[in-house]
Amino acid sequence: MIVIVETIARLAGWLLLAPLLPGIINKVKAWVAGRRGPPVLQLYYDLGRLWQRGVVLSSLASPGFIAGPAVAWVAIVGAALLLPLGPAGALLSFRGDALLVIYLLALARFGTAWAAMETGSAFEGMGTAREVSYAVLAEAAIITAMLTLSVHAQSITLVEMLTPASGVGAVLLGAGLFTVLLVENCRVPFDDPNTHLELTMIHEAMILDHSGPPLAAILHGASVKLLLFAVLLTESVVPLGHFSGPVACAVLALGVLTVTVGVGLVESLLARLAFRRVPLLLTTAILLCLFALLVAWKGGAA
Amino acid sequence: MNSMVNLLIGLAMGLNLIALASSRLPALITAMAVQGMALGAMPLLLEHHFDWMVSLVAVCTIAGKGFVIPYLLRRAMRAANIERDMEPTIGYVPSLLLGAGGTIAVVAMARALPLLPEHAGSLMVPGALASVLTGFVLLIGRTKAISQVCGYLILENGIYLFGLLLIHVTPLFVEAGILLDLTVGVFVIGIIVDRIQRAFDTLDTRKLTTLHE
Repeated sequence: MIVIVETIARLAGWLLLAPLLPGIINKVKAWVAGRRGPPVLQLYYDLGRLWQRGVVLSSLASPGFIAGPAVAWVAIVGAALLLPLGPAGALLSFRGDALLVIYLLALARFGTAWAAMETGSAFEGMGTAREVSYAVLAEAAIITAMLTLSVHAQSITLVEMLTPASGVGAVLLGAGLFTVLLVENCRVPFDDPNTHLELTMIHEAMILDHSGPPLAAILHGASVKLLLFAVLLTESVVPLGHFSGPVACAVLALGVLTVTVGVGLVESLLARLAFRRVPLLLTTAILLCLFALLVAWKGGAA
Repeated sequence: MNSMVNLLIGLAMGLNLIALASSRLPALITAMAVQGMALGAMPLLLEHHFDWMVSLVAVCTIAGKGFVIPYLLRRAMRAANIERDMEPTIGYVPSLLLGAGGTIAVVAMARALPLLPEHAGSLMVPGALASVLTGFVLLIGRTKAISQVCGYLILENGIYLFGLLLIHVTPLFVEAGILLDLTVGVFVIGIIVDRIQRAFDTLDTRKLTTLHE
């Protein structure tokens, strides 16, 4: 009984809190630009509106057009539930769950890419190609980051892995994971979530033909993914184990808020990179994680 | 003391990678200058007692590598009117990967080297080898004369770091002499760059292999 209540509580937490993050980012951007900006709860209104609308289905599309977003949403929420939340631990923890999180995120990407290709639109194919080619490097970076954590903690269980190192290693890993967060969630400088020009879109180009509830699932899944990466980044840099229960929760919330505001600031202050410069930045992210791995490895041996 | 030294060498290693990844010459020169200053401060950390000779050489190194040489290079860059090194022989991503792979390899390899016990825990040998490797990659992979000079200076930073291993036995006059040579060398290169630019209308060293009247 307790397990069921806990599951529902966690699920509700992830699902209800996630759409808050894009709202905060937009508020920060508006604040830096001196505008009033959309309300923080804007995404909730959008999701509610989309949920009530009908779906426009292409006669060419197979059931995968609807199944793709559903698979992606379920995979992302599943990955989120595997992630431990500070002192509360994880809902489900077993040896090698870190690998499952990586694979679930990859499955989610496959789901969106699959659904995007269904209508046979050239723009969506282009967006998918870009998304997947960025993912090749971004996934290498996140695998290296996971490897760093597991080498440091001598474990491949997420609950034990997220007890971070201090000093240089944590700084390197934090910088690497923050870059991964930006590319995985299609933020500036890799992609511009506000762009209205199809030729420059990446993630937005993939969802051009979706409407109604499937589009709501994609948008909501994207916000859960952002929250997931923010939590992962905070827990791999801040040693939450040193604090008592309520303090740790507060620190975790503060960390997620800091990451979100940081994303907003990056979006306000940086311009988007030219496409040909992106691999260099992604390689830098891999190297940051790789050097954190080196520090963890050398530190463990000494 | 040792952790402070290692932090500075780690910073120098990071600057190596920044130098390999940056396509803009001002960024390359800045990375080189900051690295020179970080390594220039090292003798003060390594020497346990205050010695006016050591302090003098350290101050001269910081001033020379951090301000004089970058100033000369920036002046040469403005005179030659170039901002970036386009079309490198080795691209930025491959050179970054080469540098990073080399750095990781030397850090891993340094354990196998027969070092004195007091140097075993420090990053000095890997840092020196990594800087030398970075210098080589820049010398081979870039086509503009000024970036090659920066590569040469990073190479020299590595050799300087290697020389610091022997700080207690070699006279610092050797270091001071090298620094003087370096400054004069860069001064001369600054003039040569200007001449090359006037004679050939480019600083691309690939075009300097054919004879001109």
